[in-house]
Amino acid sequence: MAESIVQVEHLRKEFKDTVAVADVSFEIHRGEIVGLLGANGAGKTTTIQVLLGLTTPTAGRIRIFGQDFESHRVEILQRCNFSSAYTGLPSNLKVWENLLIFAKLYQVKNHRQKTDELLELLEISHLRRQITGTLSSGESTRVNLCKALLNDPELLLLDEPTASLDPNIADKVRKLLRRVQRERGITMIYTSHNMRDVEEICDRVLFLNKGQIIAEGTPQQVIDQFQQKSLEDVFIQVARSGDLLVEEEK
Amino acid sequence: MNWHRISALVLRYTFLYTRSVPRIVEMFFWPVMELLVWGMLTQYLQTGPFKIPGFIKFLLGAMIFWDILYRSQQATTLSFLEDIWSRNLLNIFVAPVRISEFIVATYCVGFVKTLITAAGLSVLAAVCYHFNILSMGLALIPLFLNLLVMGWAVGMVTTGMIMRWGQASENLAWGIPFLIQPFCAAFYPLDSMPAWIRPISLAIPATHVFEGMRAVLAGQGLSFKYVLCAAGLNLIYLTGAAIFFRFMYGKARKQGLLAKLGTQ
Ligand SMILES: Nc1ncnc2c1ncn2[C@@H]1O[C@H](COP(=O)(O)OP(=O)(O)O)[C@@H](O)[C@H]1O
Ligand SMILES: [Mg+2]
Repeated sequence: MAESIVQVEHLRKEFKDTVAVADVSFEIHRGEIVGLLGANGAGKTTTIQVLLGLTTPTAGRIRIFGQDFESHRVEILQRCNFSSAYTGLPSNLKVWENLLIFAKLYQVKNHRQKTDELLELLEISHLRRQITGTLSSGESTRVNLCKALLNDPELLLLDEPTASLDPNIADKVRKLLRRVQRERGITMIYTSHNMRDVEEICDRVLFLNKGQIIAEGTPQQVIDQFQQKSLEDVFIQVARSGDLLVEEEK
Repeated sequence: MNWHRISALVLRYTFLYTRSVPRIVEMFFWPVMELLVWGMLTQYLQTGPFKIPGFIKFLLGAMIFWDILYRSQQATTLSFLEDIWSRNLLNIFVAPVRISEFIVATYCVGFVKTLITAAGLSVLAAVCYHFNILSMGLALIPLFLNLLVMGWAVGMVTTGMIMRWGQASENLAWGIPFLIQPFCAAFYPLDSMPAWIRPISLAIPATHVFEGMRAVLAGQGLSFKYVLCAAGLNLIYLTGAAIFFRFMYGKARKQGLLAKLGTQ
């Protein structure tokens, strides 16, 4: 079995009057692409944010690269990166300026060469001098990904990276992520509520519902477990059974 | 403390400010307008029956000094707000940046912006009103530094407030310096203030700076007492502000507010 990259034990996160993550445990190994899926509000983003130290857990233990997160925050973050459809880079700077800042922030060696290489890989070399705020959403997703790959992360966390993209661009981004993962052996955690996304890209999925993992395995295993034809059907079944439960409670 | 990361953050603000005309104009617009209005009013008053010797010097000096404090606070908090506005906050906080490095970077930006605004105002005061602030000599340095540091402390508190209470508290953050203004003896000497206010005033570092400034402008030289009081109080406030900020940062992480601020 490959080296363990992320270990989460009994993670719980409560906000004032919501339990965002109830009790979640999982382990992720080097080189895996793991999808966190579930309906809106299932706790995907919260889980990712706890893994990145943006939010502190109410209970539970998190180890990344075998180290305790809280006591090794900076060392761990140096080897991780993050991209999301809901964050952006400063819009009035040029693309290369933004990338330079993050290259320096992560203390990337040979950052000029590294940036060129990534821009090429992501097919956005021509955008280098463009003002970041003028990019289309497909372009800015790729620029965000470029930022997220600058430090050669061993662990990449992606929160709905394809959320604002049309199906064509989304497909391109997925293929690209697959390729990057194959070439660089990056471990990825990927959240989405787009089931096709997940089926295509993830080696393994963790199905979250109301802050709990209700199914886990390869996409096919999860589909079989629910005796459905696709993850989308599983998703709908889970969502509707949730509605049923609520109705029964009434 | 890693200076590479701090310089990367400072570079981010350098790009931000040098690429944006409105931001450059903003650095000068209000201070210049105020200096012009009050400078002319004082000139007018000097011609009438209310002559106070050296009043224009005191007023212009106070305006420039007040602006040092104000700009230092604003720049510190604004750096944080700029990252919120551009939805860049999460990118910064998931980077291997220590919170202390982030703070020091905002201090550096505060220092540079303050220096630039103060220099601009000083030139203007010299040209329009024949007031040469450099005539204060070396006394300028400890006075400037104490105002700068007090601005950092206040800025850290206002940043902490925004972190905790969100952008709704932004206006409060802009208003806080004006809460201090009446008490810090900026535009009138401590002696002229009501006795009950004086203890409050004496607890503010800036009060000692402004008193020191007036002494220097009146040709009395800078008493060590003023510098020591200001620096001592600043040390206390800066430490207090750092503790406050840490606390707010902890709260913000606990309540998931960083993520909220960063993606709104
Ligand atoms: N900062 C917060 N404060 C209060 N509640 C929150 C906060 N962040 C998330 N939540 C709540 O936690 C639950 C899980 O949210 P989230 O993790 O964003 O879900 P997902 O990403 O799966 O859509 C939701 O009910 C959401 O309203
Ligand atoms: Mg989400």
